Amino acid sequence: MDNAALLAEIPRLRRYARAMLGNRAAADDLVQDTLERAWARHALWRAGSDLRAWLFSIMHNLRVDQLRRPGVPIHSIDEDDLEVPTRATQNDRLEVRDLEFALRQLPDEQREVLLLVALEDLAYAEVADALGIPVGTVMSRLARGRERLRLLMEDRPSGANLRVVR
Amino acid sequence: MTEDDLQAWVDDALPAGRRGEIDDYLAAHPEEAERVRAYQAQKQALKAMFAPVLDEPVPQRLQTLAKPPVAVDPQKRPILARWSLQRIAAGLLIAMVSGVAGWLGHAQYQSADRVAQMMPLPRQAAVAHVVFSPDVRRPVEVSADQEDQLVAWLSKRLGTPVRPPKLAALGYELIGGRLLPGNSGPVAQFMYHDASGQRLTLYVTTENTTNRDTGFRFAQEGPVNVFYWIDGKFGYALSAGIDKGELARVATAVYDQLEHK
Repeated sequence: MDNAALLAEIPRLRRYARAMLGNRAAADDLVQDTLERAWARHALWRAGSDLRAWLFSIMHNLRVDQLRRPGVPIHSIDEDDLEVPTRATQNDRLEVRDLEFALRQLPDEQREVLLLVALEDLAYAEVADALGIPVGTVMSRLARGRERLRLLMEDRPSGANLRVVR
Repeated sequence: MTEDDLQAWVDDALPAGRRGEIDDYLAAHPEEAERVRAYQAQKQALKAMFAPVLDEPVPQRLQTLAKPPVAVDPQKRPILARWSLQRIAAGLLIAMVSGVAGWLGHAQYQSADRVAQMMPLPRQAAVAHVVFSPDVRRPVEVSADQEDQLVAWLSKRLGTPVRPPKLAALGYELIGGRLLPGNSGPVAQFMYHDASGQRLTLYVTTENTTNRDTGFRFAQEGPVNVFYWIDGKFGYALSAGIDKGELARVATAVYDQLEHK
């Protein structure tokens, strides 16, 4: 496993983790855990196989472990969390927030598939591989996730774009 | 025409030739066309929304982790560079607290049916002491320079007047206090320190229902010595990692002040 190749994957891992978790600090913690586990298991990585897909599968498994673990999620608050950089432009902010909010409403397993396809452009077979599920399941989760997101975005009354306070 | 075909159309993942067939189908089915175009727009919007993350500078701690850890490449990387000091400190603190808490808790967890039992006063106080007294930055919620507010707040929450005793004559100054969950409701903790930084906590509960006053009792909970006593509905416990004689001296002063309040 090559340092430069791994370093090059970090921005993508961060993007996916951020989209998945919606929280910068938690996302970077997940990326950190992913990198640590990748090094711990680098002997298992087959040279020449897709490093990206392998890293996503590590991240997915870590998340499954985390979700299985009972207890209250705890994350530290540091100065980084106080700035909220979503996007530089302001005029499409409400729209972005709506989509982000809608994305949070999806079940984890649908969001995961949707994001791997939308953000990472992974092939369906690669998604299936990374998540350890059959391609058929990928397809049905993708279809359901997309449809749900579409309905969520259409349901909002036009003109009332305010984000629901969670 | 299957749903999978339509999804693959959105992702441009159709085998060559097949795309044209789907285009024809969509031309004949405007509702379906609208739906899959919405999916396409959704995909683009998601990409646009999270694209800025790709341009953010990668935090140092993650960059460091792109390099092999010590075990893989022992020469190049001292362990301190890979694990930030903060992480080590946090790890040690967790190890310390869980070590002490584990030690304190081991008797409690010997059998499953005892888990639900209420923690006895000295143990509660000792756990609260080991959790909060090592905290350098935030040992208390309200500090002594707002003592009036501290007294008002804790009295209100405990539903009865509580006031930190004055121990300056014994060399202990009030740092402040905090509210904690007890066995069935709120309890208060006051923290003091002496000139050397040695910390001492007074734990005050109003949960006593047995209405049996006790004299001074002493308990040793791991590294923490505790003097405790019950007075009406109040339970008091004074905890510190100092020797029994010194703690007794402070406990007597606390007791006297509380008696003559």
